[in-house]
Amino acid sequence: MELLCPAGNLASLKTALNAGADAVYLGLKNDTNARSFAGLNFTPKKLQEAAQYTKQQGKKIFLTINTFPKPGEEKRWYEAVDIAANTGVDALIIADLSLLDYAHSHYPHLPLHLSVQASATNLGALKLYKEEFNIQRAVLPRVLSMKQVRDLSKVTPVDLEVFAFGSLCIMAEGRCHLSSYVTGQSPNTGGSCSPAKHVRWQEEGENRLTRLNEVLIDKSGIDEQMGYPVVCKGRYTTEHNSTPTHLLESPTSLNTLSLLPELAKANVVSLKIEGRQRSPAYVEQVTQVWRRAIDTYLNNPDNFQTQVEWDRALAKVSEGQTTTLGAYERTWQ
Amino acid sequence: MKASLGPILYCWPKEKVIEFYTQVAASQIPLVYLGETICSRRRELKFSDYMDLAHMLRDSGKEVVLSTLALLEAPSEYTELKKQVENGEFIIEANDMGAIQAAKENKLPFICGPTINNYNLASLKTLHKWGMQRFVMPVELSKHWLNTVVSVEKPEFEIEIFGHGFLPLALSARCFTARQKGLVKDKCQTICIENPKGLLAQTQESQPLLRLNGIQTQSAACIDLTSELSSMSDMGISYFRVSPSSVSCIEKADKLFELGSQSVQVDDTHCNGYWHQQAGFNHLQI
Repeated sequence: MELLCPAGNLASLKTALNAGADAVYLGLKNDTNARSFAGLNFTPKKLQEAAQYTKQQGKKIFLTINTFPKPGEEKRWYEAVDIAANTGVDALIIADLSLLDYAHSHYPHLPLHLSVQASATNLGALKLYKEEFNIQRAVLPRVLSMKQVRDLSKVTPVDLEVFAFGSLCIMAEGRCHLSSYVTGQSPNTGGSCSPAKHVRWQEEGENRLTRLNEVLIDKSGIDEQMGYPVVCKGRYTTEHNSTPTHLLESPTSLNTLSLLPELAKANVVSLKIEGRQRSPAYVEQVTQVWRRAIDTYLNNPDNFQTQVEWDRALAKVSEGQTTTLGAYERTWQ
Repeated sequence: MKASLGPILYCWPKEKVIEFYTQVAASQIPLVYLGETICSRRRELKFSDYMDLAHMLRDSGKEVVLSTLALLEAPSEYTELKKQVENGEFIIEANDMGAIQAAKENKLPFICGPTINNYNLASLKTLHKWGMQRFVMPVELSKHWLNTVVSVEKPEFEIEIFGHGFLPLALSARCFTARQKGLVKDKCQTICIENPKGLLAQTQESQPLLRLNGIQTQSAACIDLTSELSSMSDMGISYFRVSPSSVSCIEKADKLFELGSQSVQVDDTHCNGYWHQQAGFNHLQI
């Protein structure tokens, strides 16, 4: 089982590899990837450096080109594929049909992974991408239960990668317009979810008001632990209930440490850690814990147990300092 | 340009659905989509019931499309989907790539629903090569986007715009309707039936924001692009979709072109931001 870690910059990449990552994923410094925050990501030159360093360590490097090209501006996305092919990355992570087509026809030797943004959750979708573009692997959206992952793993024509830890996206990825509905910027076309320039915190007496493009997403106590403000984790009222509640989800992170044996038995090839926008300290902490957990499992698969200190260490870097199994657990759904 | 009626996105009692389509049959609406697109736990109507409705609508002169589930998770859902695709009579609206694969495998033409990620001409052409006859533009895209696409060359496929109704914004594994009632999905009691146009969610400043519809999240505001009818027609758009939220939508779709570009008043907050490259919930007076 591969431990795949995020790298928002070269420092994070080195930290991840030193802490035990088997592979890293990263994006270029433009809107060809869905984490195009200022100060993050790689220029072509830095990508070269990153690839060299990763290869020296005997590890793998994947480039994420997971936004959808805009009409009239496709060239930028095609160039990203060209750059990747000439840099010798180990795989490209792509969501868009036209880009998969371009990459597959121009660089047939370059392995393709289907990005989570393509939102493929079933056998039909996986077959389509395999037959048409020969994808090697698909990243599953965070909407399947453990049983559904297991069922899919029995019939899938490609390797499966799942999200193991990090921010909990509760919607089928690539098909969520909540952020663009409120801010006008679509994560699918290169904007990020809840762009920072639209976020505003406002103190009002004992309360802190969280606004996204002036829409009140949440009202909390000044000392309350809050996650990054996104529409799906806000507190709202309904026609029938005037008490504000987390109608969709509360601020919490995904942590699947306890599912490790089940994921291994389901032949999941790669465990993805979310968080290219997070600090090298986060990457180090999370990678170290997961490395220990995976090694512990592999050494003695029958007696694997989650250690309290692992969960404690991960809770510290989690949203609201709480974690969940999310959709993997049927009762969450 | 003509009117189309999208699939009912809510869980309505069977009698109400039948009554609805009986009225649709008597209308002038030429194109009707029907089928459960949100949740396989909604079993008020079975596949055979939808086929009966499809026959009834076809006999009254309508073009009928069977809409498929937007989020396929369990193997049983994929089996059910294949049954729909292989119905032998009606074209399908694919709302997931799995449905496209099923249609392609059977060499059947299909329509791409609004939840398929279509963001550029090259992708649309690929889908057309696989059998796509028409696509419904993803709701977050704009008039500018479409102009850029159609200005390159006249597309060989038709275009449909989600022009009126509550916007489909997101899909999750979690059932939000069950959750707010304190129920879990596996024992949801098909509680969605209590909210025939979803459950309105407001901010703590009483701003209507979202609409909970089972595993789907919709906009609180109703998109209304009726004032754009003539410019859409000029752009070569084939269909203007009205997404049903009540029986009054039938009349609306029916009268759409008689009223010309005049907007029809409804009670809900309106929005048209996406069409003008803005936040979806914005309402521009144009």
